[in-house]
Amino acid sequence: MCATCGCGTTGHEHGHEHGHEHEHGHGHEHGHDHLHEGYRIVSLEQDVLAQNDRLAARNRALFAARQIAAFNFTSAPGAGKTTLLQALIKQIGGRFPLAVIEGDQETARDADRIRETGTPVVQINTRTGCHLDAQMVNAAVTALDPPRSALLLIENVGNLVCPALFDLGERAKVVILSVTEGEDKPLKYPHMFRAAAVVVLTKVDLLPHLDFNLDECLANIRRVNPFVRVFQVSSKQGTGLSAFCDFMAAQVATAAA
Amino acid sequence: MHELAITESLVAAVADSVGSDRVARVRLQVGRLAGVVPEALQFCFETCARGTVLEGAALVIDVIPARGRCRQCAAEIAMTSFLDACACGSIEVDVLSGEELRIKNVEVEVQ
Repeated sequence: MCATCGCGTTGHEHGHEHGHEHEHGHGHEHGHDHLHEGYRIVSLEQDVLAQNDRLAARNRALFAARQIAAFNFTSAPGAGKTTLLQALIKQIGGRFPLAVIEGDQETARDADRIRETGTPVVQINTRTGCHLDAQMVNAAVTALDPPRSALLLIENVGNLVCPALFDLGERAKVVILSVTEGEDKPLKYPHMFRAAAVVVLTKVDLLPHLDFNLDECLANIRRVNPFVRVFQVSSKQGTGLSAFCDFMAAQVATAAA
Repeated sequence: MHELAITESLVAAVADSVGSDRVARVRLQVGRLAGVVPEALQFCFETCARGTVLEGAALVIDVIPARGRCRQCAAEIAMTSFLDACACGSIEVDVLSGEELRIKNVEVEVQ
């Protein structure tokens, strides 16, 4: 291999004068720009987020070793992530171990709400950061030390853009969409809805008071992600919670199998 | 603005790979469906590179077109968004390419 440009041939000239027509003599598609003398090209072929992906893989291996089912909850701010987690925790009622990681820019308010349920929780404050990354989750998991066969609920920073790109090592992403946000949200934020395996429509108890077109919203979700599982929930009134809880219980059972 | 975090990752990854060599140019591949705005990467790059071996380097971004395959009729289609449907009417399209966010190569000064 040529040590200068990393291509498969050797013995070709790299230190040529710039700005003249010349024969390249490679015999294959190369695609690099002509170099100035005194420079060399180092081929990297590396994903930009490789470091995060490596750490996410480490988290995933740790979850697998402990048979933990981890889920990454994302939504716009105010969609009802924490309220859904509180309702889910109550619905699970101690049938299997739980642990929660809360992500917010500032404050421990969400962790305080989860702690009131008696569930172990760690709050991550990202400060200026707009998403959780695998390193933050690794540190939080070390602090939480969840037991075997636990359900780990990771509440990401309220944001429908950035968290789509950062793998945390979770089994799946769960996107929460409240019916007050409008039925076209999946079309406006397709990356997140595409990255999710589950969508939870929340605040469905408000439907009688809204002009929200449920069928149109479901069609929009399917259009962005035809393979996603959808639950319709009212965390406040309990509608749909048992179905979502059964789904989570099945995930815990699968992780333990 | 995840482009800032991504640019920080980019600068860290390149600096790790080249050691003390000064970098003159970074060539990045960004897929059309990668969820990253090339202009925003450019905007962040100069700031993130400051004080590193990448300081003053140029960032060259190649945008990679997106392609998908229909699950229903197996046709391969060009895509510009996740909302693109196949000509057969199916919306069940698997993305084949266009989600890349890869550092292709870097040009460094010969010591």
